[in-house]
Amino acid sequence: MSIFVNADTKVIVQGLTGGQGKYHGLRNRDYGTNVVAGVTPGKGGQDVEGIPVFDSVAEAVAATGADASFVAVPPKAAPAAILEAAAAGVGFVVCITEGIPAQDEAKVFNTLVRDYPGTRLLGPNCPGIISPGKCNIGITAGEIALPPSADGPNVGIVSRSGTLTYQALHELKEKGIGVSTCVGIGGDPVPGTNFIDCLREFEADPETHAIIMIGEIGGSAEEEAAEVIAANVSKPMSAYIAGVTAPAGKKMGHAGAIVSGGKGTAQGKMDALAAAGVRVGQNPTEAGELMAEIVAAL
Amino acid sequence: MDLFEYQGKQYFARYDIPVSAGDVALTVDEAVAAAEGAGYPVVVKAQVQVGGRGKAGGIKLAADADEVRLHAGNILGMDIKGHLVERLWVEHASDIEEEYYASFTLDRAAKKHLLMLSAQGGVEIEAVAESDPDAIVKLYIDPVDGLDLATARQAAVDAKLPERALDGAADILVKLYRCFTEGDCDLAEINPLILKPTGEVHALDAKVSLDSNAAFRHPEWEAYAATEVLDDREQLAKRNGLQYIGLEGSVGIIANGAGLAMSTLDVVNQVGGTAANFLDIGGGANADVMAAALEVINFDQDVRSIFINIFGGITRGEEVAKGIVEALGRVELRAPIVIRLDGTNAEEGRRILAEAGIPESRLRSEATMLDAARAAVALAGKN
Repeated sequence: MSIFVNADTKVIVQGLTGGQGKYHGLRNRDYGTNVVAGVTPGKGGQDVEGIPVFDSVAEAVAATGADASFVAVPPKAAPAAILEAAAAGVGFVVCITEGIPAQDEAKVFNTLVRDYPGTRLLGPNCPGIISPGKCNIGITAGEIALPPSADGPNVGIVSRSGTLTYQALHELKEKGIGVSTCVGIGGDPVPGTNFIDCLREFEADPETHAIIMIGEIGGSAEEEAAEVIAANVSKPMSAYIAGVTAPAGKKMGHAGAIVSGGKGTAQGKMDALAAAGVRVGQNPTEAGELMAEIVAAL
Repeated sequence: MDLFEYQGKQYFARYDIPVSAGDVALTVDEAVAAAEGAGYPVVVKAQVQVGGRGKAGGIKLAADADEVRLHAGNILGMDIKGHLVERLWVEHASDIEEEYYASFTLDRAAKKHLLMLSAQGGVEIEAVAESDPDAIVKLYIDPVDGLDLATARQAAVDAKLPERALDGAADILVKLYRCFTEGDCDLAEINPLILKPTGEVHALDAKVSLDSNAAFRHPEWEAYAATEVLDDREQLAKRNGLQYIGLEGSVGIIANGAGLAMSTLDVVNQVGGTAANFLDIGGGANADVMAAALEVINFDQDVRSIFINIFGGITRGEEVAKGIVEALGRVELRAPIVIRLDGTNAEEGRRILAEAGIPESRLRSEATMLDAARAAVALAGKN
């Protein structure tokens, strides 16, 4: 098992004929993902290294039965692309696009909630999702992820940061620990999928035995997750929060990573998670070491 | 991007929000001209992006040209909490009957727009939230629905604004909401929002923060970029399209990805060092970007060692290595480099660095993030 995606997931790439879409879409296919179609308005009928391209998501879905989409288009076009996928009935949409205006993002999120409750959006501004050995949608280098072992224990990863996600995959691989699914929820202010969504899925997933969560400064998503962990997550967890030394009032690269008015600090998040029973590392390596201890005891 | 008060008021005016007549002034003479245009009495206000201007003596009332000269002369060049006053805003002084507070932000937990409205304005809203939280009305707005006049008026009723201020306040709230949404603000705040004895409601201050992701559809924002408060290092970084924030420490940081860059700062701090900056070269950075990043770091006189922390995903190890070799050929780096290179094509990157014949006193490689941090901090202490 895995969460959100599996070996049968059929993926279309919106923007397959563009630079990013082509590079990552083909890498995802090389990894073994079922990349069944691309979508670029006006380029229907073409193909990209054997992958057929359609003018619209609806046509691509009708022709291939795709149930997931990888949105790799520029910020101006991304909101409409996400909603087009939802309108075509795609149940899982991954958007890696960085730089979408917050107002557009908030509108897209609330439109999905209201009009397309059957669609889950991952991102924007995220590295995507990988279920090692089964499906990789997004920009993660597949070779740094160790597939889960049949008899476990395996770890689920959920993270707000791209490169720290890779770091976590790397730390676990070094220790020989398999990963059930690794979800990058992205660093923007209004992520389509949040920590809590992923934690609930990992809790229900029989292949996941422990969870690593990687947060960062800004907002209150980690604190909200801590409440859910205390009440509803029985699987052991380790965590790391980036930005202990970040100055207040500055956006640290990610649009959502900002400490404002004394809220959203790393320390506050670490305290909340520790109080919920999560073992909190002071750096990514330590979070990995803590997870190795947890796994050894399972 | 945070706007100065005068820019905020100019931005408000684009959305028909009533503000006082006034003008911006860089010199005493310009201040007098602005006062003549606005009509006496006027208020002379220091333009700095920090609170507490009034207490610091940065806001003064002037009845005539002599008083404008006196106050403008005093305030220009003043240091307010480390912010140098280079500009004044001179506007017609308003008669104030009551002061309110109004703001729109995006509430990240609720994922909705949030209106905060209070009959207690003119003071810091955080203080009101602390002392009398019930005095702040919070209205969550679905971005798909937006805000209509009737809902805005009801919020004003709920906030216990007086009857005669309700229509004026509702009108301004709807306009401010348009400014917030169509104007792509992270924050649009009026404090104080005033009621004049004549019954008009009016924005006496403006605090606006713009979402830089939306710059592509706001060509009018270019004027604000010219006055953005950046130190020399930040300006150089911006010209090179790098995500850079200047800090006070001695270890220069270059990392790929915002999370890894933040984490690198943390690790340097943990092993007893201090970071000189935050610098994210982003995904897919090539040799040119790495070279530019090193030039920015080298520009910082306080840097004693440089820690390059790369985990290759889209960013490829060999590109990073080429960038370092190229930068070392282009600029004389003041400080030695410690690099930790992992992920995509890391081995090839390490090979390129090894074959470049750079002495170990200038560049050394460490296997893990922690080891590299320790090495960089040790070098910063020695130099």
